[in-house]
Amino acid sequence: MNADWLDIGWVDQIPARGSRTVQVAGGDDIAVFRTAEGKVFALLDRCPHKHGRLSQGIVHGGAVACPLHNWRISLATGEALGEDKGCTPTVPVKIDGGRVLICRASVLKAAA
Amino acid sequence: MEHRPLSPEADTRDHLVVIGNGMAGCRAVEELLARDPARYRVTIFGAEPRVNYNRIMLSPVLAGEKGFDDIVINDAEWYAANGIALVAGDPVAAIDRGAKTVTTRSGVTESYDRLLIATGSDPFIIPVPGKDLPGVIAFRDMDDVGTMLAAAERGGSAVVIGGGLLGLEAAHGLSLRGMKVTVLHLMPTLMERQLDEAAGWLLKQALEARGQTILTGADTAEITGDTKVEGVRLKDGTLIPADLVVMAVGIRPATGLARDAGLAVGRGIQVDDHMVTSDPAILAVGECVEHDRQVYGLVAPLWDMCRSLADGLVEKPSGYRGSVTSTKLKVSGIDVFSAGDFSGGDGCEDIVLRDAARGVYKRVVLKDDRIVGAVLYGDTADGSWYFDLLKKQEDVSGLRDLLIFGQAFAAGGGAADPKAAVAALSDDAEICGCNGVTKGQVVSCIAKGACSLDAVRATCKASASCGSCTGLVENLLALTLGDEVQSGPKTMCQCTSFGHDDVRREIVAQAMRSIPEVMQKLHWTTPDGCSSCRPALNYYLLCALPGEYEDDQQSRFVNERLHANIQKDGTYSVVPRMWGGLTNPRELRAIADVVEKYDAPMVKVTGGQRLDIFGIKKEDLPAVWADLNAAGMVSGHAYGKALRTVKTCVGSEWCRFGTQDSTGLGVKIERMSWGSWMPHKFKIAVSGCPRNCAEATIKDFGIVCVDSGYELHVGGNGGIHVRATDLLCKVATEQEAMDHCAAFIQLYREEARYLERTAPWIERVGLAYVQSRLLEDDAGREALRARFLFSQSFSQDDPWAQRAGGAEAEHHAPMARFTPQEEWA
Ligand code: SRM
Ligand SMILES: Cc1cc2nc3c(=O)[nH]c(=O)nc-3n(C[C@H](O)[C@H](O)[C@H](O)COP(=O)(O)OP(=O)(O)OC[C@H]3O[C@@H](n4cnc5c(N)ncnc54)[C@H](O)[C@@H]3O)c2cc1C
Ligand code: SF4
Ligand code: FES
Repeated sequence: MNADWLDIGWVDQIPARGSRTVQVAGGDDIAVFRTAEGKVFALLDRCPHKHGRLSQGIVHGGAVACPLHNWRISLATGEALGEDKGCTPTVPVKIDGGRVLICRASVLKAAA
Repeated sequence: MEHRPLSPEADTRDHLVVIGNGMAGCRAVEELLARDPARYRVTIFGAEPRVNYNRIMLSPVLAGEKGFDDIVINDAEWYAANGIALVAGDPVAAIDRGAKTVTTRSGVTESYDRLLIATGSDPFIIPVPGKDLPGVIAFRDMDDVGTMLAAAERGGSAVVIGGGLLGLEAAHGLSLRGMKVTVLHLMPTLMERQLDEAAGWLLKQALEARGQTILTGADTAEITGDTKVEGVRLKDGTLIPADLVVMAVGIRPATGLARDAGLAVGRGIQVDDHMVTSDPAILAVGECVEHDRQVYGLVAPLWDMCRSLADGLVEKPSGYRGSVTSTKLKVSGIDVFSAGDFSGGDGCEDIVLRDAARGVYKRVVLKDDRIVGAVLYGDTADGSWYFDLLKKQEDVSGLRDLLIFGQAFAAGGGAADPKAAVAALSDDAEICGCNGVTKGQVVSCIAKGACSLDAVRATCKASASCGSCTGLVENLLALTLGDEVQSGPKTMCQCTSFGHDDVRREIVAQAMRSIPEVMQKLHWTTPDGCSSCRPALNYYLLCALPGEYEDDQQSRFVNERLHANIQKDGTYSVVPRMWGGLTNPRELRAIADVVEKYDAPMVKVTGGQRLDIFGIKKEDLPAVWADLNAAGMVSGHAYGKALRTVKTCVGSEWCRFGTQDSTGLGVKIERMSWGSWMPHKFKIAVSGCPRNCAEATIKDFGIVCVDSGYELHVGGNGGIHVRATDLLCKVATEQEAMDHCAAFIQLYREEARYLERTAPWIERVGLAYVQSRLLEDDAGREALRARFLFSQSFSQDDPWAQRAGGAEAEHHAPMARFTPQEEWA
């Protein structure tokens, strides 16, 4: 299995307005989010503020509120929204026939 | 120009062979004929035994609004007149690119110069047991409609799997034909690819009102029956009887022929901007193609593709650049429109208009002053206008304030300023439809001194009900008073103009039952709220509808969603209940075992008289809870806006000063009140004498035992602003102490604002008010107590035991694991 994309499961395994994680050995987890509209995004599971697990936050609109101190992070760009400054790396995602695929190169970077 | 067909042998023109007699295949030929009717000899192969018809009109045929003849696009005469040979009912089985021939299932071989593949899509059939039983069909062609009509004739029940466009149109038709219809949809909201949650909810309400049963979150496990379909069983065990099952869960481009012939195929047959495949002699068009990594499932893109294809065939290449699509649902009486991208995100701005009385929801998404998406429900008149602005990428900053009101309003000449529009209204124009208040009445009540939104609501009732006229009233205030307008009470958050109290009142008054319903009826300005309002609404509904409301996990803070406290390193702490601070060897042993077994780095005695185990990993939580449950322990809710601890002292049982059994009473009270969700955390303590070793006078509810009975204290807390309790009253018996406690908790649950602890709540409403409700109104107090106990009958289910038993396992386990050596689980 040496594709550019890693198949991590079905879209509907991720609750709408929720998230799941992908564990990466030796690195940060990857948080995979699904918005109310069914869009899927992936970010490193690490808030730019003090490394809160973004996967555990409340998803609303196109953002997630970090569970530790409520920064709002854009799911599309990983940027902190509003007054806060910082950015979490994003992981490219695509959906194919209901399966979620994430970019292998970005995952390897997370593991490194 | 008249064109007379030649016999094939005598015809030396290039031979264009088309596979697929559907919408794209025939349209492509039409476009070609329009450009150069004499250039190619044309043969069309169609799998269906009939002429070309309008597939999208199958829904109206099913619904009885049209017959097959009405939906034919090109009849037999058209083929004859244009010299087109139609081979219908005999699908092409193979393409030989070397010999440049196609061969049909019955063995007919035909050679081509140019080949056009327009095979459309195949319905996706979910691979469950029973999928091949007679009575299980898709919704794709006229044969499927025939099967449905025959089934409807016999009556009975139909199950439609899939709550998207196709599924809902099938369900609508079958239900009009008299079948009892159940729609099963895997996702939480209908048509989630085209609609947002708010519009999906409205749609569900409307369909249910028409007698359909709509089950969302329904995952099909199998289709039952021996010789024909008898029912559908869901993964949760529910069995729904069915005489007919329609699968409408999606489509897959029909690429088999192309793949076998060795053409480049991704999700669809890959084509360039001129619809040419990886073989220059072969073209492809329609739903079967993939262009620029996109595949399409609607007709509008096909028209664009067919134009570019025909331009290429007559050597005047133009090039196809992809399409933006919009969707309408063809269910009569229900207007739904969606276009573009409405998933929000960076730099996107939502303009939302909700009109509850008319059942309207409109949402336009802007980015960089341009429309990028729109969802309309109930009033779709402006759909095409928005779609046009979207496709043209027009700058709408000049229209922004009036955009959502639609084209007529926004284009309405001088009224580009909402204030001016309101100023232009006549005095007897109705402002508030709910309460029948005119502009003149609002203005005169402002003139008489109502200088805030709240004051207007209180005096003339405008905007006091559904709130849809709030904007108008605010404009009238600004017009009449200029800078003297006073801002009203704080709104819940930026998603609404209502404060907490208004929202709570309306939830009860209008018997609202779900978060999307509240957002619709109270005109939320965001599609799915934010992290402030969603947890509050979830609590208000839970409190209003004990035992009925289904908790929305995604609207809870992480601690309440995972039933443990998140720590700064992302691990969790676990605090089991120790009733009244009591414990025993069995519990202590179980805790010690958990600490060792899961390598917990720390155990600590909390300030609330129990033990806290730190550093537990999210995925280990269910196992830890199972171990603690086995020793009889349940969740301590140390994470919740809920009852936390009941602290006690040793009391009369042992203490030389103890006046009553404070430990025993504490345990009883904790047994009564644990598991209850509240506006904020709630702590109780019982001290055995006025020395007050349990610190009862800085708790939300504190009891200090004295010789003659029990002093009840309320509204204390530690924290940043320490507040000592107020004395509520003194009672003589344990039972009275418990009854007052239950009634007090319920009053707090029903009336405090979310995240308002008892101390600030009592400072806001006054101790006298609480006393009037609990002491001066015995029947009222008794009713509060009864409501609390009723609500408790649903909430005293240990959430840990549910999770340890496997419930909501997805909250704990990762979706996948990855190691650079490619090991997957
Ligand atoms: C564990 C514990 C400290 C300890 O080691 O003793 C604790 C730990 C936390 N407290 Fe506390 N409080 C603990 C007893 C207290 C007490 C003492 C008590 O209950 O008698 C107080 C003062 C009394 C009171 O609440 O009025 C207390 C006042 C607070 C406050 C301030 C509350 C206020 O109304 O001002 C907060 C902040 C909040 O809730 O917003 C807080 C918040 C927290 C949080 C939940 C912070 C957070 O949001 O993550 C801490 C969670 C740590 C964790 O993961 O477990 N904790 N906290 C105690 C758990 C008690 C239990 O068994 O459930
Ligand atoms: C019930 C229904 C309602 C719809 N409503 C809408 C709507 O409201 N709006 C909208 O935009 N779209 C709608 N659609 C979608 C729309 O009909 C399709 O996008 C469109 O028909 C696609 O055209 P096509 O030519 O690519 O495929 P089709 O129209 O499916 O044509 C493909 C044809 O190729 C034939 N074929 C396949 N394989 C072979 C073979 N090997 N040999 C010979 N023939 C073959 C098939 O039998 C079929 O007749 C609806 C679809 C359905 C089923
Ligand atoms: S006092 Fe502060 S640091 Fe200590 S547990 Fe409470 S919230 Fe955390
Ligand atoms: S760690 Fe995310 S907001 Fe502080």
